[in-house]
Amino acid sequence: MTEAIAEQKDLALLLDYYRRMLELRLFELKVQELYRNARLPGFVHLYVGEEASGVGVCANLKPEDLIFSTHRGHGHAIAKGVPAKVALAELWGKTTGCSGGRGGSMHMYAPEYGFMGTNGIVGAPIPLATGGALSAKLRKSGQVVVGFFGDGAVNSGSFHEAVNMGSVWDLPIIYVCENNLYATEMAFSRATKNTSVASRAAAYGLPGVVVDGQDVLAVHRAAKEAIDRARSGGGPTLIECKTYRYVGHHEGDPGTDYRTKDEVEQWKKNDPIKRAAKVLLEAGLADEKKLKEVEAEVVQLMEDAVTFAENSPEPLASSVTDHVF
Amino acid sequence: MAEQGRVITYTDAGVEALREEMRRDPSIVYIGQGIGPRGGNFRQSRGLWKEFGDERLRDTGICELGATGVAIGAAMAGSRAIVDEVFLDFALEAITQIVQQAANICYMSNGKIKAPVLVRGAMGAVRNAGAHHSHTFYNWFANTPGLKVVVPATPYDVKGLFKTALRDPGPVMFIEHKFLYNTKGAVPTEEYLIPFGEARIVRPGSDVTIIATSRMVELTAKAGALLEKEGISAEIIDPRTIVPLDRAAITNSIKKTGRLAAIDESPSTCSFAAEVLAIAAEECFDSLKTPPKRICSLPVPNPFSPVLENQMIPSVERIASEIRALVKK
Ligand SMILES: Cc1ncc(C[n+]2csc(CCOP(=O)(O)OP(=O)(O)O)c2C)c(N)n1
Ligand SMILES: [Mg+2]
Repeated sequence: MTEAIAEQKDLALLLDYYRRMLELRLFELKVQELYRNARLPGFVHLYVGEEASGVGVCANLKPEDLIFSTHRGHGHAIAKGVPAKVALAELWGKTTGCSGGRGGSMHMYAPEYGFMGTNGIVGAPIPLATGGALSAKLRKSGQVVVGFFGDGAVNSGSFHEAVNMGSVWDLPIIYVCENNLYATEMAFSRATKNTSVASRAAAYGLPGVVVDGQDVLAVHRAAKEAIDRARSGGGPTLIECKTYRYVGHHEGDPGTDYRTKDEVEQWKKNDPIKRAAKVLLEAGLADEKKLKEVEAEVVQLMEDAVTFAENSPEPLASSVTDHVF
Repeated sequence: MAEQGRVITYTDAGVEALREEMRRDPSIVYIGQGIGPRGGNFRQSRGLWKEFGDERLRDTGICELGATGVAIGAAMAGSRAIVDEVFLDFALEAITQIVQQAANICYMSNGKIKAPVLVRGAMGAVRNAGAHHSHTFYNWFANTPGLKVVVPATPYDVKGLFKTALRDPGPVMFIEHKFLYNTKGAVPTEEYLIPFGEARIVRPGSDVTIIATSRMVELTAKAGALLEKEGISAEIIDPRTIVPLDRAAITNSIKKTGRLAAIDESPSTCSFAAEVLAIAAEECFDSLKTPPKRICSLPVPNPFSPVLENQMIPSVERIASEIRALVKK
């Protein structure tokens, strides 16, 4: 396949990716609004700005493939196919949520969509994902597993131990580091002297690639190549998506004490959704009207999700001891 | 004494103790995530970085195992170290260093090596954070010989116990409660230390002894006030340190009241509440008029749903009604 044809093929996916990214974005903005109005309990870490990573990776997975996610995982859940209304109901603590309201933002589980959980413990999903890939290999299930994590996780022992095992056992796994330059307020360059996550792959002998995490097609290409290789027995890949969160670390953190306004604005100019829209318009794959239609549909989806979640029942207090074992 | 002084938060009481001790003892180094310029996730180190800088306030990446081991090693080599796990939940990442290294070193070295390290972390449920951020396993550390365990319930106790902990040969587990960080109380301006192993009588009483720790002290005090109106006089005791434990304060009270309840945010199995009941059985058996009672969280991971979490954790109402039943037996 020539470059040009490959590019055409990718472009054909872009409208779909645009829509999916918009879903993730508008979901999070809805959560932000509800949270700020004290409608949702708990605390939440939003994925605003990082949508291209979750979408570009997950769109290349099959329903039965598994992903393991982080504290910033609503986007991953939806990208893997968890319906927005089910995710929102979970954030609302309702029985119709994917964990029946027991989990909340950092403990969302939907194995029926291959979604093996968000996670409150930084680093923890990396060994878990590696275990998922070991099982897939042992069961010869043909499944591929993705472990998502942030730049903050790569300085933890979990990263080192797990990636090393994934590599030495040639497991069908993609390690996707969403490097948004900060772990809470800690700039990656303050936490480590080697700020190239991809280069760390050399330490474990697996391929490491860097991608522009604000370009959904770039993420798509890197992910597809890695996923195809993993599925055909070629072993794991470490992908570093260079990305950025526009919002604070969690709702409540203004996110401005440790980053300049200018830095945030620069990244917003490079917004993955706006970029996709621009390419779609320029390539004549969609017109303004079409993009507006898509947006209206997604807005409606989120309104429906709110109605669904809001009107869903709370768990019965007496059910508190169910499911411990 | 506790009634005098300014009213400040639990968080600020800790910061004051740290500042005073870091000024007094230049060998103190403080290691943790976000404790530098940010001033701590809970504002628990606010202002310290300005005064002590990067040299003595060491911000780390996300590496609890390494950071805790580094703190313990520094303590073994002649510094005094504080390692802040922030959420006690994250001490689990580091538990081998705490339990295998810090706790054992004094004994195994025949007393030649001490590890004056303070491991700091905040436990307990707050704002429906869910299972990964709400654990209350302070009792595990009490089951590990070689660790001292401090669980302050008030700003006054935070400050006085922190200062003692930072002069103790260690290792000390200094376990705060997230819910309490914003609570306020009187703290004297002049220096004071609270010795380990000295319980506080929260309120004197004659009908029933209630032992409560950490956040449960406040809830139990509220229940005690309700019961008082009904003519039930509860003596509420906060041991403040689990290791060493003021056994005499507990047993003397039981001998006086003849009834016992222990309130605990941990689930009851192998809990500190269970330990209190065991002490009563061993040392006060003949004084007990009714079977003693543990009032604990239900044995489930902290659910996110507020409805479920409220059901899980002892409430003022639940404490009051169980004590009522106990006294009427
Ligand atoms: C073991 C552990 N330590 C600390 C934390 C607190 N914490 C939650 S998120 C976070 C920062 C994570 O940064 P990164 O991995 O880069 O992900 P990002 O938030 O940037 O998406 C920290 C320190 C935690 N959840 N788990
Ligand atoms: Mg990050």
